Amino acid sequence: MTAIATQQINYLNVKKGIWSWIFTLDHKRIGLLYLYSISTFFLVGVILGVLMRLELFNPGRDIMEAKTYNQVFTLHGVIMIFLFIIPSIPAAFGNFFLPIMLGTDDVSLPRLNLLSWWLYVIGALFALSTLVFGGGPADTGWTFYAPYSVKTGTNVSMSVMAAFVLGFSSILTGLNFIVTIHRLRTPGMTFNKMPLFAWALYATSWIQVLATPIIGITLLMIVVERVFGIGLFDPSMGGDPILYQHLFWIYSHPAVYIMALPAMGVVSEIIPTFSQRTIFGYKPIAYSSMAIAFVGYFVWGHHMFTSGMSGSAAIIFSILTFLVAIPTAIKVFNWLATLYKGSIDIKVPLLFALAFIFNFLIGGLTGLVVGALAVDVHVHDTYFVVGHFHYVMFGGTGFAFFGALHYWFPKIWGKMYNMTRAYVAFGLLFVGFNILYFPMLILGVMGMPRRYYDYLPQFHTLNQISTIGSWILVVGLLLMIYNLIAGYRKGPKAAGNPWHGITLEWQTDSPPPLHNFDKMPELPEGGPYNYPNAKSE
Amino acid sequence: MNHHFTLPNSGHNYDAKASKMGMWLFLYTELILFGGLFLVYMVYRSLNQDAFLLASFNLNVWMGTANTIVLLTSSMTVAMAISALQKGDPKKSIFLLWMTILAALVFLVVKYFEWSAKFEHGLFPGMDHFNQLPNGEKLYFNLYFFMTGLHGLHVIVGGIFIVIVVFKIKSGKVNKDRYQLLENSGLYWHLVDLIWIYLFPLFYLIH
Repeated sequence: MTAIATQQINYLNVKKGIWSWIFTLDHKRIGLLYLYSISTFFLVGVILGVLMRLELFNPGRDIMEAKTYNQVFTLHGVIMIFLFIIPSIPAAFGNFFLPIMLGTDDVSLPRLNLLSWWLYVIGALFALSTLVFGGGPADTGWTFYAPYSVKTGTNVSMSVMAAFVLGFSSILTGLNFIVTIHRLRTPGMTFNKMPLFAWALYATSWIQVLATPIIGITLLMIVVERVFGIGLFDPSMGGDPILYQHLFWIYSHPAVYIMALPAMGVVSEIIPTFSQRTIFGYKPIAYSSMAIAFVGYFVWGHHMFTSGMSGSAAIIFSILTFLVAIPTAIKVFNWLATLYKGSIDIKVPLLFALAFIFNFLIGGLTGLVVGALAVDVHVHDTYFVVGHFHYVMFGGTGFAFFGALHYWFPKIWGKMYNMTRAYVAFGLLFVGFNILYFPMLILGVMGMPRRYYDYLPQFHTLNQISTIGSWILVVGLLLMIYNLIAGYRKGPKAAGNPWHGITLEWQTDSPPPLHNFDKMPELPEGGPYNYPNAKSE
Repeated sequence: MNHHFTLPNSGHNYDAKASKMGMWLFLYTELILFGGLFLVYMVYRSLNQDAFLLASFNLNVWMGTANTIVLLTSSMTVAMAISALQKGDPKKSIFLLWMTILAALVFLVVKYFEWSAKFEHGLFPGMDHFNQLPNGEKLYFNLYFFMTGLHGLHVIVGGIFIVIVVFKIKSGKVNKDRYQLLENSGLYWHLVDLIWIYLFPLFYLIH
């Protein structure tokens, strides 16, 4: 009797009403608050992106003026980077699953966790307020390069304050995860027995804590410079704009790994589950996350090869950039080796993970192209760079985010989505994505500069192909969202462990009870991915 | 009936070590926050050495020295307050914390007089005298007001933090066995002190 009653009470139905959500201290509910707000802003960012592609369908003015276009791509960048991709996997899925995967019932500092979501909301409101107040949204690009950001009449101060507050939110999440991983692992779970998703979040959190304050103070300098009319970066008042670029990229390059590492963690979870096989090279995957986080700190200069820096500095930055490829490749080879001779079950989460590898490979290799000094001079500030980072960010992290959504969907809501529709949506997303972004790589090599609302006639065809790709992508996105919402509302009840995973989140009910576990979770013998029916080599 | 299973490693347990670890990580972010400004200071000082030296003569070394002594003393009183509470003497601890807050107020008053003197001489960005200065000296005053202003803000935040802890000691929520919040406020206060220890020579003393 009591056993049945306790089984039916889970974190979703234990309390009702809006207040029980926005003041919750439960990490699962905070994770969902993040998931819903992040997804909303992702869709806003997508709409802005589609509008930009529409403007670029033909040369010259199609639907907006040059200045509007500048504001649209800035807002697209600010929203996608600070409101979607940086918090995406850590704040939504990390919050929800890190404590469960460690075998505990919450993060170490639950109130701080709620505070970081509130800061996220305040930052988001700041960013949106620029639509109404001041001179309109910033038109500087998300990089806010001085001295233009100090002089333009648009509302840069508010956009920058938004990024500042969002950075604070990001720091607190990272800090909380580090403390949680150190303090709350279940008895017997040493660092080397943690799931790889936890390792990836651990590396990410260190970057969040160590790098984010730099952007905080730099953006504050921009605000002070605008408000008090002082000249910290304005060359006419003795300031140095190149110094701004250094400070900006000291954070913003490591931030790329804040975006990429959690995605790699998701892939490291999905692949062993759907191959029912021990992960190949657990320690290399775990430690390469730390290596990427470490080396990623010293490569920021590769964004500035054409801004003016000494030849020897440029060479060092270029070599260090190439070094990042090593731990990244270690991960890719280990994932592929895990699949080899596994009992592969091609479900939608696995397809997203494989798409991650495919897209990330293109994104990573084009990254080496822009990291090479001689080539970068030619492709710098062209569509090649735009194509490159969308392959990494959207093709990589975005697809891993969708993969995580499909992988953990039955655990979060206890329901299952329609698998056929999910396959179709995946196909549309994958095809649409590549049609949208691959032409950009070619356009960049042909010399089309980024950040203009207009282009020369010889770039017409490829731009049209790219825009058509964006429509296919949007159809896939809408189908995926429809499928997931339909699954949530009237999908069949999901089993506690539909994919036969063995990390700890699959030992509890779906959806999990309020305190995650009704009995002590049991660690699998011989490591987190030691599948019982795995063939001995 | 309402039985529910509680994990031994629950996140809802009182965990002083976790709280302390979180505080140290936060202090690290504060150091990096100021680190960005120290970096900017270093670059501009090396580019404008003479101008920075000339501008630094406008500061009152005696006031800066007085404030350094005040802050160092306050770091001592806050550390003593922690020991007092650990030894089970909340009254003495509260007295020492009020002394710390008194020191914070003295610091801010001295700072107020220093800043007003600069305002009277028209040295704040945008004022007449400031506008006639060469770029190097302008940069010096920009950084002086930015860095000491941000530090002053931290003095206020640290002071409020300590006042909150005083009331928590009075209500018994912070006590001999659960003193981590007090220790964290002390750690934060030491950080405020430490940053001043660097600001003081950078702006007042280097010749």
